[in-house]
Amino acid sequence: MNKIGKVKEFFIEKLIVICGSLSIIFVILIFIFLAREGLTFFKYESIKDFIFGRNWYPLSNPARFGVLPLILGSVMVTLGAMAISIPLGVACAFYIAEIVNPKMKDILKTGIELLAAIPSVVIGFVGMVTLVPMVKKIFHLPTGLTALSGSIMLAFMAMPTIVSIAEDAITAVPKRYKEAALALGATHWQAIYKVILVAAAPGIFAAIMLGIGRVIGETMAVMMITGNAAVIPHTLLEPVRTLTATIAAEMGEAIRGSNHYYALYAVGIILFIITFVINFIADIFLHRIKK
Amino acid sequence: MKKRFNPKTSQKIAFTILLLSALVTIIPVVVIIIVVIKNGISAISWEFLTSMPKNGMRAGGIFPAIVGTFYLTIGATIFSLPLGVLAAIYLSEYAKENRFTRILNLGIVNLAGVPSIVYGLFGLSLFVIYMKLGVSILSGCLTLAIMELPSIITATKTALNSVPKQFREVSLSLGATKWQTIRYAVLPYALPGIITGTVLSNARKTGETAPILFTVAAFYLPRLPSSVFDQTMALPYHLYVISTQIPGIEKNITYGTALVLIIFTLSLNLVGIIIRTRLRKQKKW
Repeated sequence: MNKIGKVKEFFIEKLIVICGSLSIIFVILIFIFLAREGLTFFKYESIKDFIFGRNWYPLSNPARFGVLPLILGSVMVTLGAMAISIPLGVACAFYIAEIVNPKMKDILKTGIELLAAIPSVVIGFVGMVTLVPMVKKIFHLPTGLTALSGSIMLAFMAMPTIVSIAEDAITAVPKRYKEAALALGATHWQAIYKVILVAAAPGIFAAIMLGIGRVIGETMAVMMITGNAAVIPHTLLEPVRTLTATIAAEMGEAIRGSNHYYALYAVGIILFIITFVINFIADIFLHRIKK
Repeated sequence: MKKRFNPKTSQKIAFTILLLSALVTIIPVVVIIIVVIKNGISAISWEFLTSMPKNGMRAGGIFPAIVGTFYLTIGATIFSLPLGVLAAIYLSEYAKENRFTRILNLGIVNLAGVPSIVYGLFGLSLFVIYMKLGVSILSGCLTLAIMELPSIITATKTALNSVPKQFREVSLSLGATKWQTIRYAVLPYALPGIITGTVLSNARKTGETAPILFTVAAFYLPRLPSSVFDQTMALPYHLYVISTQIPGIEKNITYGTALVLIIFTLSLNLVGIIIRTRLRKQKKW
């Protein structure tokens, strides 16, 4: 190869190495730029008042930036969503991986893929016009914009993640486990819940973690149907406001460089850390399976 | 004493429950699509698709939002596709199995898991303010591009891994360099898979609202953007605005907007899925 060719190849390979490192560079950049704005907030306010403060009144005078009601809002909506989507999603994954015929399998998988493709703002809108009035009527509430409505819609948004990753985990269980169980006289169902479920458990756990991460980070649908009241919730039938919705709803009005603006970045840091930890745990479990 | 079912009966019951769960998972997709089509179809007309919004968005069309979303989709892909493909080439062709590679893969997983609204904050802080790009199409595209990276990398890696090892070995044994091998013996065969993966993941990100909220989206801008430094309306944000901020708007305008957005993302997705199914059947090696 001539000299120019060698120089060209040298630069291309360097470029490839740089691009290869982009993923971790961007994760670090995201953290730096969140911290740059978010940590400014703690120059003026204490971390303790921020995390454990029970009041979020960013526009009152003096402003109160207690993030506890927002955290509890996120937790409540997420718990509700997971209570629905874990059993449904795992059952659906077993159905697809173990029971259904190939043609039906294609249809179900395409359907789940389409569910993942529907924009969250459309899910929020459809939830607003169909589910919210229903919840209001069934429970005789003053408003249907509640944590429950948010949980139901979010459950469906977590489903594609849970089903596809759990299905991968189930398919990855070696065939001979199942064959051994069947040879010993177990029915197909007994093989599923006594052998395959146990063998696939780490992958299913990872699927659930990633589903939780998806739900905690979801913004638009949750903002449109949970009612956005920043108060500490006591039941699923009250309006709540999540961490994500707070940022989305208030950043537009927060003045750049104000405490309110920095506080929203501090909320962003909390979200970043929560999802980082969740994804980290999920990845450890997925990595273990690959080995 | 609890009476136990015989194993055959309990299998029947269990499988029925599994079937029902699968149905409960799928039915909402169908319901959402039907509700939007049924109520939105009446709003769709040539005028609705090609004219500017009027009367504070209570009348007129959604043309600037459609154009904006189109620009954002294309713009984000221009940045994310080359970066993502090169990153995947590194990970699947060059990287050795060591701790550094493990960290890179962890980076991808975490990048994929960062909430979309946090991407919005990041874009606002880095592109809009720090790099002084302002609230602009450029800032929006860059923010979306970073969000698209993990899925493009993952899709490209899968496509590269599906090219048989022999292709590389033959090329290398003929005296080609590593890059020549990748460029002429691997990439061309992985290309269809890369494109499918990109279409599928970008179709999904097109519908995202949170990352464009503070980086590009205009509340009401009844004209087309004049440059990449201009703001623009976008379909997902427009749907959010008219369904929550504009009281008394005619319902079929909102449904119509939702329908256009769904058609936009689902048709891109269907195209991707169809190409992928074809490719799987056609594999020659």
